[in-house]
Amino acid sequence: MTYIGIIITFVFINNFILNQFLGLCPFIGVSKNIESAVGMGFAVTFVMAIASLTTWVVYTWILVPLNITFLQTITFILVIAALVQFVEMVIQNISPALYKALGIYLPLITTNCAVLGIAFISVQKRYNALESFVAGFAAGLGFLLAILLMSAIRTKLDFEWIPKPFRGIPIAFVTGGLMALAFMAFDKALLTNLIG
Amino acid sequence: MLKEFTKGIFKENPIFVIVLGLCPVLAVSTKVINAIGMSAGVIFVLLGSNIFVSMLKNYIPDKVRIPAYIVIIASFVTIVQMVMEAYAPSLYKSLGVYVPLIVVNCIILGRAEAFAKKNTIKASILDALGMGIGFTLALLLISLIREVLGAGTITIFPIGSFSGVIKIPVLVDEPIRVFGLSAGALLVIGFLKAFFNWYSEFKGARS
Repeated sequence: MTYIGIIITFVFINNFILNQFLGLCPFIGVSKNIESAVGMGFAVTFVMAIASLTTWVVYTWILVPLNITFLQTITFILVIAALVQFVEMVIQNISPALYKALGIYLPLITTNCAVLGIAFISVQKRYNALESFVAGFAAGLGFLLAILLMSAIRTKLDFEWIPKPFRGIPIAFVTGGLMALAFMAFDKALLTNLIG
Repeated sequence: MLKEFTKGIFKENPIFVIVLGLCPVLAVSTKVINAIGMSAGVIFVLLGSNIFVSMLKNYIPDKVRIPAYIVIIASFVTIVQMVMEAYAPSLYKSLGVYVPLIVVNCIILGRAEAFAKKNTIKASILDALGMGIGFTLALLLISLIREVLGAGTITIFPIGSFSGVIKIPVLVDEPIRVFGLSAGALLVIGFLKAFFNWYSEFKGARS
């Protein structure tokens, strides 16, 4: 698949939140205002792109040659945990401003299923190094898009009357469901129409 | 002691009350059998990690406890993956990437951190069973709603001459397909959560 194809697939067709249900916790938890949603979205995109590439390297250059691919799950989660910690330290040193913006979201990302999910999916689909990186980046962008739309809708919802049992989390899920319906317009046909 | 067991089923139900560990719930709830398989995996990992965390609580230094818990959890998930791949390959295939993703299911790490690290082994076992059953019941409820409305069937284990698929008249010919799609999953859980909110308030107002 071409790189454009991978990007369209992960941003629109197989959107991680609205289609694959990966990363729902931050999607519901951190989408109350636009500012934190954007912060979380960029932090996730950043970590996903790097994590996807790093786990590819670990898988292809360490696990496969040693014939220990059954340790995939343990290795990937440890690599991601270490990576998130490392990214946090690097950002803190080179750009305090960026750290201030993303810092509080980074620790939450270790247990975000989206990051581990892209690592498994890249291996499963036998992507090469660059494809893994692009897939991670695109899946992160899809996450950013969904959480940004969601936070914009929720800001508006604050001014609406909502039946009491639906306030808070339930209405967020219903909103997400309607967004997922809208995203069904993006299917495989879109890909074939665009790039043949 | 019994309280540790029952709290996970209703009062602190991980799905409907605490709203944790939703990714697998929504993704695998298209068929009842997937829900059963996923629940079995989660109960096993939860039980294993709660026992080990509780057993090792005096030996794990506080600073590295989270990575230590993750290694314990990931080991049990690997066992689940191997067993499932060997004995239920079709189930393993249909659950796909969501089996290894049990590692990052917040319920499991959450119980290790909130309960097992400061309680006895016996209490931790009861806690894990209660939370696991609460998770299972919630997942079964969601998957029943989605499969019955979205496909008009109930798929469970094939036993003998029984194929494992129960067909519901009328719905099987004209299912409401949206319930089987991702949008349906989000809508179902939104409405169920609203129902539980309404119900707990209703009960609170009466007593």
